[in-house]
Amino acid sequence: MDSRFTRGKSPVLERALGRPRSELSLAAFALLFSELVQYCQRRVASVAELQARLARLGHHVGLRALDALVARERPGRRETKVLGVLLFVKGPLWRALFGREGDKLEQANDDDRTFYVIEREPLVNTFVSVPRENSSLNCAAFAAGLLEAVLGAAGFPARVSAHWHKGTT
Amino acid sequence: MSRSPGRKQENHKISRELFVLTYGALVAQLCKDYEKDEDVNAYLDRMGYSIGIRLIDDFLARSAVKKCRSYSETADMIAQVAFKMYLGVTPSVSCSSAMGNEFSLILDKNPLVDFVEELPAERASLCYCNLLCGVIRGALEMVQLAAEVTFLQDRLKGDAVTEIGITFLRKPEDRKHKRN
Repeated sequence: MDSRFTRGKSPVLERALGRPRSELSLAAFALLFSELVQYCQRRVASVAELQARLARLGHHVGLRALDALVARERPGRRETKVLGVLLFVKGPLWRALFGREGDKLEQANDDDRTFYVIEREPLVNTFVSVPRENSSLNCAAFAAGLLEAVLGAAGFPARVSAHWHKGTT
Repeated sequence: MSRSPGRKQENHKISRELFVLTYGALVAQLCKDYEKDEDVNAYLDRMGYSIGIRLIDDFLARSAVKKCRSYSETADMIAQVAFKMYLGVTPSVSCSSAMGNEFSLILDKNPLVDFVEELPAERASLCYCNLLCGVIRGALEMVQLAAEVTFLQDRLKGDAVTEIGITFLRKPEDRKHKRN
């Protein structure tokens, strides 16, 4: 049997979840994120692939963030309705991860299964400047991947993508 | 500046979970792309280096510390001010050589491994936090202090604490000052 199960729990697993979250400086995250983008950029050939890679990394983060957040913010009750989970995403989830709530949540006019979470200045794009030849790049693809993982893991499989919307995301 | 002064303050902090999970995603991606642990470690160190050379500017701008007069002051500064500012922990410093140029920072709480239980068996020699070594090395180099930074002990590999060793190499410009 895998020694992991017979050895006894590591101290990390024994820690309580609800400890007060401390905060770290934006500069550290921004630099880490820039390295991440540079790393992806070196291995891809097109903007679409770069966004796909960022989305995959965001996916990785989102899967792990969901459980901890749900346990902390909504103990004992999981969202089972689409609108509920979207409001949870826009409010508590966005606030816990990015420090402020998403600005707007809208439903598309023509398709009632499409929603938009609108943010004026996404945290991940804070120090990103996009050169003109890659002007369709939106590093919020990272946040989109995160969102996709969260929705998928919450039982609402969805396709999430980041778009420029009248100058915002 | 077109931004109102109040806005800068609220943007300075982000959630620790986001940072830690993003770092984890990065390491996971590197492990998928590179087979050998040494390659992953080397890449993490290199990324840390390029982060460090920029982080030092931010650090000096925000902390306004005076010039350090000795290696031990520098090591103390890194431990008590820089780590506190960027990771929220304060490692303890100990000097481990008679000449005064080898120091170790002992971290009992490492936020980067908050969500890491253990290293997988096939990645036993991965230095998960090697980015930190690169960051310290890059930052020191930008203030004209060449140093070697490595992990001496790592909790993920079974040691009791995480220990980072900083060895200051001789300053290259010592000779340049002899001008007459």
